[in-house]
Amino acid sequence: MGITSRGFPGRRSAADAKLPPGQYLTTDFPVLSAGPTPHVSLDQWEFTINEGTDVLRRWDWKSFRDLPTETFATDLHCVTRWSKLGTSWEGVSLDTMFADVKTDAPYALVHSYGDYTTNLPMDDLMNKQAWIGFRFDDEDLEPEHGGPARLLVPHLYLWKSAKWVRGITLMHEDEPGFWESLGYHNYGDPWREQRYSGDE
Amino acid sequence: MWRVGTVIALHDETATARTITLDVPDWPRHVAGQHVDVRLTASDGYSAVRSYSIASAPNSERRVELTVERLPNGEVSPYLTQEVAVNDRLELRGPIGGWFVWRTQQTEPIQLIAGGSGIVPLMAMIRSRASAVSTAPFRLLYSVREPRAVFYRDELQALLPHDNSVSVSYAYTRTAPKDWPRPPGRIDAALIADATWPSKLVPTCYVCGPTSFVESATCLLTASGNSPDKVRTERFGPTGDRQ
Repeated sequence: MGITSRGFPGRRSAADAKLPPGQYLTTDFPVLSAGPTPHVSLDQWEFTINEGTDVLRRWDWKSFRDLPTETFATDLHCVTRWSKLGTSWEGVSLDTMFADVKTDAPYALVHSYGDYTTNLPMDDLMNKQAWIGFRFDDEDLEPEHGGPARLLVPHLYLWKSAKWVRGITLMHEDEPGFWESLGYHNYGDPWREQRYSGDE
Repeated sequence: MWRVGTVIALHDETATARTITLDVPDWPRHVAGQHVDVRLTASDGYSAVRSYSIASAPNSERRVELTVERLPNGEVSPYLTQEVAVNDRLELRGPIGGWFVWRTQQTEPIQLIAGGSGIVPLMAMIRSRASAVSTAPFRLLYSVREPRAVFYRDELQALLPHDNSVSVSYAYTRTAPKDWPRPPGRIDAALIADATWPSKLVPTCYVCGPTSFVESATCLLTASGNSPDKVRTERFGPTGDRQ
């Protein structure tokens, strides 16, 4: 416990119990991005899974949208301390997208339109933990929230859920992504409060 | 790693914004544009943390200035703008952030665009430029609701006579001063053309403000020829288009 702030009552809420440490509840959907919002047209959109220089799988928007989809509800936790509970999405599970991919690469580097990257262990992308989402609250995902499609890995801080995704490169060595190179935690588990590099 | 800072001065910038100057004995040097997390703790141990941009230039006195805008339903900002007193102690974590920063080694033209309290990290860049005696050419386009909502008014006004390589332009969205040439309104393509560096000079642009402001300002910058990879953003607040 830190030093007490004289005269600070705090504002507790019934939802606090459902929030990871240090988070507060919001009903907005704030936007945090490092640069301008890319506007990607659907006829130019593509998504690839790569390993080294090999393209293992490639989808255009139509073939991507032909994949079986799932609707799911999930909580979102941003490292800037807001959490939004019970958001509803439609997307394609990464289990579906990796169904025919044979790899023993333990890491992934996710790429976005606009050159954003983020790194994750493959284990965090598989087994019903990650999706490429394209509808939010029954509407097409807006560009500022990552549309046409964004990664969702809701068990990690939201910067891992890359907006405007365009591909995943399979890696044999872990390589830090954008924020992971700029002082943020390499893994980013909100329940262990892994915000910044140096957090345990 | 939480540091303890002691409040050594308070200054109201506007009716709703206050600058808090802290003395932080173990403060490492920060870089202009970085932010800190501030933690408040109630007597029963409940705590709340929010991020605030640093307004001050890096300095050797281990002082940190934060300018906090009071949010109508905020949990932390009403306390910081109304309750905090000189000699109070606050817990801080930081400095944080390595992207929305201006380093004194940068020599290229710099375009700053602020919406409302988004001026705070940009002011740190202007102050850092001055304290480092940098000659990098700076332009600031500062969008505010009305004249009395301007932060750091006297300091910005004093820049011009001293240094003609920093220019400041204002855009008023609701009420402009008497005889102001431009009617109140949001930043548009004509203002971007008049008040920002031509894209052929390849400025690095820093845009900070509410989400909708940053979205429209960055669209205008890229439409006028600035490459998206030269435009760095910091957004705050709700999106406005959803509850």
